[in-house]
Amino acid sequence: MGHEHKLSIFRGLVTFKSNIQKIWGVLLFLSIITAIEVALGIIKPEVLSQNSFLAMKLLNWIFIILTLVKAYYIAWDFMHLRDEKTGLRRAVVWTGVFLIGYLSFILLVEGNYIYDIYKSGFIKWEF
Amino acid sequence: MDTTVTNAQSAPVWGGGNKPLDASYGKMMMWFFLLSDAITFSGFLVAYGFSRFKFIESWPIADEVFTHVPFFHGNYPMYYVAFMTFVLIMSSVTMVLAVDAGHKMKKTAVTWYMFLTVIGGIIFVGSQAWEWATFIKGDFGALETKGGRILQFVDANTGERLAIRDFAATLPSHRTQHESKNGIWFSSEKALPSFSLEEVVAGVEAHENVLIRTEKITAKGEKTLLSREESLSKLTSATQVVEGANLIQNEYGSRLFADFFFFITGFHGFHVFTGVLINLIIFFNVLLGTYEKRGHYEMVEKVGLYWHFVDLVWVFVFTFFYLV
Repeated sequence: MGHEHKLSIFRGLVTFKSNIQKIWGVLLFLSIITAIEVALGIIKPEVLSQNSFLAMKLLNWIFIILTLVKAYYIAWDFMHLRDEKTGLRRAVVWTGVFLIGYLSFILLVEGNYIYDIYKSGFIKWEF
Repeated sequence: MDTTVTNAQSAPVWGGGNKPLDASYGKMMMWFFLLSDAITFSGFLVAYGFSRFKFIESWPIADEVFTHVPFFHGNYPMYYVAFMTFVLIMSSVTMVLAVDAGHKMKKTAVTWYMFLTVIGGIIFVGSQAWEWATFIKGDFGALETKGGRILQFVDANTGERLAIRDFAATLPSHRTQHESKNGIWFSSEKALPSFSLEEVVAGVEAHENVLIRTEKITAKGEKTLLSREESLSKLTSATQVVEGANLIQNEYGSRLFADFFFFITGFHGFHVFTGVLINLIIFFNVLLGTYEKRGHYEMVEKVGLYWHFVDLVWVFVFTFFYLV
């Protein structure tokens, strides 16, 4: 307790005067991102939903990247990870990132494989 | 060395007195608990992704499912979930403000911020309960085929969805619900749907404008709409009427969608609920001056970590359930 808060976000681009000001600043940023997500989800622009990159729609890429950005600011500023020792931060964040990344990779590839098996016609599902 | 080592020479290191990573025991354990909880949640969400990839061509489209806002009629996809997201982020903010006030030993401020956090949590859980109720009740009704696929109805003139109550015929029927008290004592059935299969089929045949929509998603990302002739022939494969969603049937499409909805938002809602309880306990402790006597408000920060985590998980649930 009692350790100092780091008051800069966006790699030092924005520096707040006090911790309270930083909290409101981060809230504003998170609200803007959520608003963008919801607007895109309702409008679903053709350009973004019809084109894809690495087998995923551009729209979904945007959603996932914005989600990770939001998660970063919740963890770093609301959960004070920015103020913790680097060691604690790495122990928590990297463990999660590796395990979750591996699990998603393996299960999504498997799901896609089963989709192919169903599609190639040995199983009739629509009757 | 600065990343891991605390350079306090005076602390009794052998007795465990030197805090590793500069964090107290409680705070560090909270972090590792949250890590394990994050992995549990990602297990659920990835399982959802697995099933969705498996049935990628027939998965329900979320913003056709969650279209309701309390006290308003009409089609408002996502607005209510966006509101819920905002409520949760807002209550996260009041929580950080409580922690900040705790650093400055301002008891009244901590009390008020904790109170607001609890209120935010209650609004969120209430909203989720309402979402569940709406989802379970259903709105349009559908038919289920022999293969367990869902057939929904669309008005050919307007392109809008049709509810089965809008067109179903009324036929004389003496069918009553089989309960264990009025039939065979060792078996029973669930409540009968408001229309029988025969009534819905007769309704479709009588109304020229009723078309069937299947689960299959077209290249444009919409559900397949059958022609009138195809609709009539598809009708013969229907075996039962489905209204609303539960763990066994789902009028919105794939049953797995409903199962995962209940499991994931339920597990998250349970976290919010326990979070509210824990916050309440801390709120009363603050009120009683427990932390004032202890000399620091670290407990508020530890509970705050849990509360922010609940918000963090919701950010992901929101994306993977409602947006993607």
